[in-house]
Amino acid sequence: MTLARLTLLDQMMLVLAAVVLFLSFVLLQQARLRAAIHAFAWQGALVAAVTTVVAASQGLTHLYFSAALTLALKALLIPWMLHRLVLRLGLDRHSELLHRPALAVMAASSLVIFSYWLVLPMVQQNLLFTRNIVAVSLAVILIGLLMMVVRQQAIAQVLGFMSMENGLFLAAVSATGGMPLVVELGVAFDVLVAMVLFGVFFFQIRQSIDSLDVDRLNRLTERHGEQP
Amino acid sequence: MDHRLTILPVAISWTLALGQTLLYALLAPLLAGWVRKLKALLQNRRGAPIWQPYRDLYKLFGKEARMAHTASPLFRAAPYIVFVATWLAACAVPLIAVDLPTAAVADVIVIAGLLALGRFFLALAAMDVGTAFGGMGASREMFVSALAEPAMLLAVFTLAMTAHSTNLATVIDHQLVSMDLLRPSFMFALAGLVLVAIAETGRIPVDNPATHLELTMIHEAMILEYSGRHLALIEWAGQLKLMLYGTLLANVFFPWGIARTIDLSGLAFALGAIVLKLAALGVALAAGETVLAKMRVFRIPAFLNLALLFGLLGLLSHVILEVGT
Repeated sequence: MTLARLTLLDQMMLVLAAVVLFLSFVLLQQARLRAAIHAFAWQGALVAAVTTVVAASQGLTHLYFSAALTLALKALLIPWMLHRLVLRLGLDRHSELLHRPALAVMAASSLVIFSYWLVLPMVQQNLLFTRNIVAVSLAVILIGLLMMVVRQQAIAQVLGFMSMENGLFLAAVSATGGMPLVVELGVAFDVLVAMVLFGVFFFQIRQSIDSLDVDRLNRLTERHGEQP
Repeated sequence: MDHRLTILPVAISWTLALGQTLLYALLAPLLAGWVRKLKALLQNRRGAPIWQPYRDLYKLFGKEARMAHTASPLFRAAPYIVFVATWLAACAVPLIAVDLPTAAVADVIVIAGLLALGRFFLALAAMDVGTAFGGMGASREMFVSALAEPAMLLAVFTLAMTAHSTNLATVIDHQLVSMDLLRPSFMFALAGLVLVAIAETGRIPVDNPATHLELTMIHEAMILEYSGRHLALIEWAGQLKLMLYGTLLANVFFPWGIARTIDLSGLAFALGAIVLKLAALGVALAAGETVLAKMRVFRIPAFLNLALLFGLLGLLSHVILEVGT
């Protein structure tokens, strides 16, 4: 039995990674924006928890810092900003159903299988045991991408983008014991700046097409003043 | 994996199996009464005493069974089939001891099949008399069960892949050996099975067991035409089903205390353990039913899709996270 060879901390890491994957599915399907933001915040908190567990089990002290950074940014600050944005845009009661929810979930599960298949050659080389989590984090990235494809709400797409970032971070932490601190800080501020820009962008989109449904961006409209 | 099947004199083990089966039938109304009492207390009512379901059953068995003029023999036979199928399914779920012959005969797919058989005959009987409610209830019950069954099988396959067997006794035995492992797949399987159990036993938020409101009822709509001993048998079968799912959840996922060898003290301890576990499960069920509201019927597919997703994630996380070399 392979699982029995792992320490309790490593087993806990697997459980937390599995819950992160589940939250990706929740994000994909959640119709209400506020609930989706909460799910995203939980995902960030779980990624921070995985980082803490990796730090504790492998004795990498600098990971504690990046865990705290992840918790502060992805579980508290960005969800709070998104929440405020949703309130200011008056979308807090907005709910958007997927066109074919079952199909989206099936696509997401096949993405999980695909990423497992992709990581399989890596598994056959004898690397760190945490390689299993690489498959999970790849699946989280791909599901985030899928979310940006199937959701029409601009805010939901941003959530998909951010959860992709969560997947990347999970992969970095589980496969290599975290990125260097400089890179990590850079990425963190990148995400934060992206968040601020998204906020500005939302208001721009809404001013020009009076909705945040990005499918409407495909339609051509004429300006009122230029009608013949 | 070790089997540790103790070779017992056949007579003793069969007697124990029979005793366990009787215990199911005797304890099932108590569990239903316990949940009802707790619900009443949580809603600031005094509630009926815990043994009220026994009194109800006694009363119904004493009453005359009336039949509609249009009823066929199937309508008369259905309660017996439903009760026997549910009871047989229950006796294959280990309650106090693991290696009993009844558990060895039937695996979990047989249990699902027996429950499906009972449900099939109940739905047929509901349509037999030709009332509008019966047909509506039957169609809704089939709608729920068609969605719940794949989810249940996926959750069960997760357990089966870990234990390399679909036999519940082997699964529980395997669980007892490797109790100290944290398994992501078991977490998902537990969540999926809880949702399926809620749907299959007709509890809130899928169905309300205490209502006769025509727009919302599922199970009650099917048994409106029954009276007397027939009604008693169907109600008893419903209580057995609740206890079956409760025992399945309690003993597969939290198998502490169940007896692996057959001796008197071990069995007594196992009985105490399972009573405590079921009581705790009853508290959770009553609290959940008090907090949640019933869903619209057309929300049920989303609920059961979630159960299916849990089952699927259980399988995937078993393959991805637990099997690797």
